[in-house]
Amino acid sequence: MPSASAGGPGEHRTSVIGLVPRSWLNALGIPPWVWSPLSVSLHAAFEATIVVALVGSALGFLLAKGRFPGRDAIETVCSLPMALPPTVVGWYLLTQMGGPGPIRNAELRLFGHPLTFTFNGIVVAQIIESFPYCLRFSRAAIAGVDPRFEQAARAMGLSRWRTALLVTVPLARRGLVAGVAMAFGRALGDFGATMIVAGSVPLATTMPIALYEAVFYGSHEQAMVLALVQLALAFAILFGVSGLGKVRPW
Amino acid sequence: MTPALELAVARQIGEFELDVAFTVESGVSVLFGPSGAGKSLTLALIAGLMRPDAGTIAINGHVVTDCSRGTYVTTQKRRIGMVFQDGLLLPHRSALDNVALAVRQASGRRARRALARAWLERVGAEGFADRRPGSLSGGQRQRVALARGLAGDPALVLLDEPLSALDSAVRRELRSLIRGVIVSSGVPAVLVTHDPEEAEELGDVIIAYNHGRVTGRRVVERPECPAPPPGGPESTGPV
Repeated sequence: MPSASAGGPGEHRTSVIGLVPRSWLNALGIPPWVWSPLSVSLHAAFEATIVVALVGSALGFLLAKGRFPGRDAIETVCSLPMALPPTVVGWYLLTQMGGPGPIRNAELRLFGHPLTFTFNGIVVAQIIESFPYCLRFSRAAIAGVDPRFEQAARAMGLSRWRTALLVTVPLARRGLVAGVAMAFGRALGDFGATMIVAGSVPLATTMPIALYEAVFYGSHEQAMVLALVQLALAFAILFGVSGLGKVRPW
Repeated sequence: MTPALELAVARQIGEFELDVAFTVESGVSVLFGPSGAGKSLTLALIAGLMRPDAGTIAINGHVVTDCSRGTYVTTQKRRIGMVFQDGLLLPHRSALDNVALAVRQASGRRARRALARAWLERVGAEGFADRRPGSLSGGQRQRVALARGLAGDPALVLLDEPLSALDSAVRRELRSLIRGVIVSSGVPAVLVTHDPEEAEELGDVIIAYNHGRVTGRRVVERPECPAPPPGGPESTGPV
């Protein structure tokens, strides 16, 4: 079972799933041995999504509205994980986070240990993998807002900041929320990058890695349960996103 | 007396060249001419939504654009009100919120909403204050847009073909409302139209446009000014 710990190598700090009553998990038919990888997956994906939502949406706004050189280059670099195999992303992360250099030095200063093969390493891998989805959705959503509404707002005396907060973001909110949901789904489902950066460390094993191990060791019943739970999660996320498309935006 | 608007600007867009100069005093000045004559472009330059290539614009004596000196006051600081062709009300806000957002002269949400409600009453839109623009008819939306354009105590209100998207019966009804509300508010207005009947009925001065040039200026003879509706706000806005 996942437990609260200091967040050192190989463990994650709090149990998201600990907030859910055990009776609910039992009622859903989720066996106790799934709780740990499910908890790690959900917790890591939540943390990664918070970072991605804040940074990705803000950068998406800048790319949609800003007029500065290098916009396309920034978007291309940030979108590379969409086109690269996750294992390649994981390898770069492993060599940068685990090998000597400024990134590893920063990790040692901030956390006291390298992030490779830790819960935080999983979060970093998921941030990198899910970031492009949030960025592209938010950029498209912001760019899709009719600029005449923003002109009307400025003619009403609203500053650029108030126009962004009171007009642009509310009008783009469906796309922004969809981007965050897709990023969460991507983070939850990441395998390649997570596997290379964090491996399969006890108490820091995600659902996809647990499934890989179950298949590897021939536990097909366990694999089936893990796959079913992930299928249900993916369905819930996509159903939620498509539901957003049907909700009247205003 | 300082003119409400002094303008002498030039702007090239592709093959089209705008080069106009005129002043606006109190009352309603109509920019009249065929489509593509540069009327709406002129409004965009006055509002600061676009920059001219050359020239100056002063609102109430304050220079807001001076290309030779690099002066450019942003739209939100020009103290203008604007009424667009299709209203452009914020679709995620109620009619009341749309107007309240434009109120600059009061602090506090309650005071702003009280002023906004008074303006909605003024244009006969109090009955749908809590409805969102999507549920309003074209005429209702333009009433709210008119209230929003005037609610911020603007030095100048700009109306860009405010009636062109409406059917003829609603247009006739709104013409007298627009003129009555603007004249009684005391806010100078510049209105764009290509409808000669509308220009005659709404304008105190008609400035004729063609091919990006001012081709004439005429004062409209009126027997008397319409009296402000009873119980309406004073010239600085409703209280």
